[in-house]
Amino acid sequence: MVRLFLSGDGPQSRILGAILLLILFCLAFAPFLFPGTRSLETAARICIFIVLVASYDLLLGYAGIVSFAHTMFFGLGAYGVAITTQRMGTSYESLILGTMAGAGIAAVLALVIALFSLRVRAIFFAMITLAVASAVAVLVSQLSAITGGEDGMNIRIPRELTPAFRPFDEPVLGVRFSGRHLNYYLVFFTCLILFLGMLRIVNSPFGRVLQAIRENAFRAEAIGYRVIWYRVTATILSAVVAALAGSVFAVWLRYVGPATTLGVEIMLDILLIVVIGGMGTMYGAVVGTAIFVLAQNYLKDWMGGASDAVGFMPLLPDLLSPDRWLMWLGILFILSVYFFPTGIVGRLRGVT
Amino acid sequence: MSEPILQLSGVHTNIAQYQVLHGVDLTVPRGGVTMLLGRNGAGKTTTLRTIMGLWRARAGEVLFDGDPIQRLAPPQIARRGIGFVPEDMGIFADLTVEENLILGAVSGPIRQDRLDWVFDAFPALATFWKMPAGNLSGGQKQMLAIARAVIEERGLYLIDEPSKGLAPAIIATMAKALKDLKTAGATILMVEQNFSLARALGDHAAVMDEGRIVWTGAMADLAGDSALQESLMGLKVETA
Repeated sequence: MVRLFLSGDGPQSRILGAILLLILFCLAFAPFLFPGTRSLETAARICIFIVLVASYDLLLGYAGIVSFAHTMFFGLGAYGVAITTQRMGTSYESLILGTMAGAGIAAVLALVIALFSLRVRAIFFAMITLAVASAVAVLVSQLSAITGGEDGMNIRIPRELTPAFRPFDEPVLGVRFSGRHLNYYLVFFTCLILFLGMLRIVNSPFGRVLQAIRENAFRAEAIGYRVIWYRVTATILSAVVAALAGSVFAVWLRYVGPATTLGVEIMLDILLIVVIGGMGTMYGAVVGTAIFVLAQNYLKDWMGGASDAVGFMPLLPDLLSPDRWLMWLGILFILSVYFFPTGIVGRLRGVT
Repeated sequence: MSEPILQLSGVHTNIAQYQVLHGVDLTVPRGGVTMLLGRNGAGKTTTLRTIMGLWRARAGEVLFDGDPIQRLAPPQIARRGIGFVPEDMGIFADLTVEENLILGAVSGPIRQDRLDWVFDAFPALATFWKMPAGNLSGGQKQMLAIARAVIEERGLYLIDEPSKGLAPAIIATMAKALKDLKTAGATILMVEQNFSLARALGDHAAVMDEGRIVWTGAMADLAGDSALQESLMGLKVETA
């Protein structure tokens, strides 16, 4: 049964299996295990970024295509929901329609970019995605009448998904359950389904051909596979999943702005997480995202504690000062790339 | 005599600014093994790659089963029924042996009788079925490359120097498998530098030099005439 859900692609390592189970358990019961707004925000961000990073891994790790427009597709999904709910009013229908519109536009844009650039060489695709992503980011900032410009847009979501909604009078397992928790489980289950769907795709005959193309496109052509068709399809699938993740993110945040969805920093984060987690593994997205988002959110706090603990020593408190958290994050990445060249998952699976 | 399965007429191929094939005329009859021989750099590999569409013929015609294929893309040519085994053990190293063979079966699931034949010919592939192909030895990789081409029945197999860099024991296994394939009625066009293997397997031979076919005939005629071998290929072969 578990193998069926995982499309026959198990963790292949006990330690990795245990880590994945721990992450799944923590995310599934986050509202009860880690009560508090900040921890719920972190858990939701982990869920959404797992899907976003996994959809990028589908492109980079499985198809060998480098794209810099992944956040653009993520943003299209988020803005799709924001604009639709603003125009059509707050309802589940407008959320669904906005999600579908964002995914649809992402698919069309991915098709156009892929057909124009992938036919020639993969490097042109990377360059074109960079140009298109920059153009879209500028457009979003400029077209403030539609997108809210640099200020972004607030999103009104159905009341059942907001903190004001209380489905139960009594606390559930010690937690006063609200619409915010329902919203979290909407995020969690949507992300779980999308992740398992992608796992299915990469383990299907289609995914196998993608891997063959990544390794040697000419060889795959000589066997009888239309490389361009597979690359275009992978690009569209990846864009659609990124857009869906963007829609979920928008519903969760109830806000969308250029910095939260279209920023270059997010693209760099995605790249880093894929590399740290392990390219072409899918599970790398899970482990990498969990570590990265936790470090991003809590490293400052942990360092504050460490700095206080070694306050009596010379130099160390300064080095561990919370202000230097970005430096330590950088060191962490350099070390992980150095010691885990195939990513954490690659290393745990015994691939050197 | 039945129509040949493959016919090249006046095929010219350039690689960048260099002209490699200068009007190749070659006929491959149905059934049996046609050996494409010649010195290094004569254009043998380029001929196979041109047939496959991996290099586009600048001029001339390639007829497969009577239809021109020189303007088709490699996947279309492959799906018309030409299996290609490149000279560099063209396997997918990150994929398992099983996945490599599944990829070879482009038109659907692998037929059990075909798989049985492959396991019978190359038992090592059954042993390492779930192992990444990159972990196989050189000989096993070559077996996998051949197996991937023959896992589906095709009208023609193009095999480029299958014995290159392999130990004699492995060459013997491979030769037996190719002989079985031939006995089963397959048509093979094979480039081979190992003349003993060419002689053992070949029914017909075509010798290339400087991008042209300079001699065609029965393999037995070429094998029995050492003076001809020396004049065509600079070979001095001890007759076994």
